[in-house]
Amino acid sequence: MTATERVPAIDGWFTTSEPYTLIGARCTACGTYVFPPRSGACPNPDCDSMELEPTPLSRRGTVWSYTENHYAPPAPYVAAEPFEPYALAAVQLEAEGIVILGQVAKGVMAADLEIGMEVEVDLQVLYRDTDGVDHWIWTWAPSAPEASA
Amino acid sequence: MATERDLVVLGVGMHPWGKWGRNFVEYGLVAAKAALADAGMAWRDIQFVAGADTIRNGYPGFVAGSTFSQAMGWTGAQISSSYAACASGAQGMQSARAQILAGFADVAMVIGADTTPKGFFAPVGGERKEDPDWQRFHLLGATNPAFFALNARRRIDVFGDTPDDFAMVKVKNSKAGVANPYARFRKEFTLEDFAGSPIVSDPLRLLDICATSDGAAAVIICTPEYAKAKLGTLEGTVRIRAVANTTPTYPQIRLELPDIATDSNAVVAAPALGFKDSVAHNAYEQAGLGPEDLSCAEVYDLSTALELDWYENLGLCAEGEGASLVRSGATALGGRVPVNPSGGLSSFGEAIPAQAIAQVCELTWQLRGQAEGHQVEGAKVGLAINQGLFGHGSCTILSK
Repeated sequence: MTATERVPAIDGWFTTSEPYTLIGARCTACGTYVFPPRSGACPNPDCDSMELEPTPLSRRGTVWSYTENHYAPPAPYVAAEPFEPYALAAVQLEAEGIVILGQVAKGVMAADLEIGMEVEVDLQVLYRDTDGVDHWIWTWAPSAPEASA
Repeated sequence: MATERDLVVLGVGMHPWGKWGRNFVEYGLVAAKAALADAGMAWRDIQFVAGADTIRNGYPGFVAGSTFSQAMGWTGAQISSSYAACASGAQGMQSARAQILAGFADVAMVIGADTTPKGFFAPVGGERKEDPDWQRFHLLGATNPAFFALNARRRIDVFGDTPDDFAMVKVKNSKAGVANPYARFRKEFTLEDFAGSPIVSDPLRLLDICATSDGAAAVIICTPEYAKAKLGTLEGTVRIRAVANTTPTYPQIRLELPDIATDSNAVVAAPALGFKDSVAHNAYEQAGLGPEDLSCAEVYDLSTALELDWYENLGLCAEGEGASLVRSGATALGGRVPVNPSGGLSSFGEAIPAQAIAQVCELTWQLRGQAEGHQVEGAKVGLAINQGLFGHGSCTILSK
């Protein structure tokens, strides 16, 4: 299986090939954003639009808050055994005016994070199912330094 | 001053909180009978039963007002059943109050009970990819404590709060809870106890997070005319000044349980009052009262840090000053405005559909001067506030 055939843990919320982005929805009338993506009525109560279009969201944002889970979450989470603590971050996307929660890239812990730091979308395996298929999820990863080359 | 639209709390009753794993109906019966005894009424006198539902012991339709009505013996009473997660009990209060104010009943019972599983609350079973609650667990492992922790981290990094400030809330509430016969945890904790408490979701430790409990509470409310006919006078009765159940206003830009993302403020500016501020504001407006009028408050301390948020949402202090307020002792028994004189969720653990009703029981005892050992001296006005999943903000104000 090549990287381009990654199976997302949920359909339509993010791209599975580079550049990795979250996919939100945007109202075709008022321009407001929605995540997770959906169709149907615009959430702006003053907008009558029934058209929300899928749209890629900014790849980078800043940490609004973060935590680190020290206990395995219950099902339907598929926890690794033995359980390894991992971090979650709520990340502010400036242009979209929205905060989105995500797991933080494996190995990056609460002590490595601070509010306001820049992170970007990456993917990692959420779990491997009983058929051996990996299911992928978006993560927030510390932004790669600006290309110096 | 109370008006003729301010209904009377005629009776309250609870089953102690604990963890026995018995059928929740048993607990509800104890609370219902205690409330009837407190009101000096017979079950047949109840004209309307407002049940607060639980979902973990079946499906909401099973765990409803009718469950308790059947258990007590069918009387042909009118009925409603509400599920609004942590705000279910407040929805029951609203349902009963509205029914009475509309003239369809004179007296009603609001009742809720729960039996909870051990450990984290988890969504009901099955692969439900469209359900935001399923999504946040399956895709992120974003438990309730993880959301509390995101909030606590904001307090530390933005306001300069410390984990000790959070622990102070537990120390305060556990001290109050020791004297409450209905509390599950009747042990006083100190700041030193926190060092040995495991981190659940950084920066929160197990002692910062409320447990899940079994319990039941019931409240009987009626028109002032009904109360006067029964008691001979309205003197000294506890009156319901506000029951405000409030949704957020778009865009809701604060990440709240169980959402994976906030609304967007790219096109529409965020409202002047944030969601939790607006919950309190609406109740104050309904009651014609303000934060300066409160003798005490019962707030939903799902985590220690959340209690500090509520101080600010209630207007007991300015934003960012919650930690100073708890440190000053103002919110402890004997302070300016005791918060969670019952011991709070910290001493009770949460029995979801019963909890908002238990808050009303506590306030009633406080206003009547019956909260022995944890009494707020001279209490005249009490407020209870909580928040249920998906934007059910609820706030109740009682006065004497």
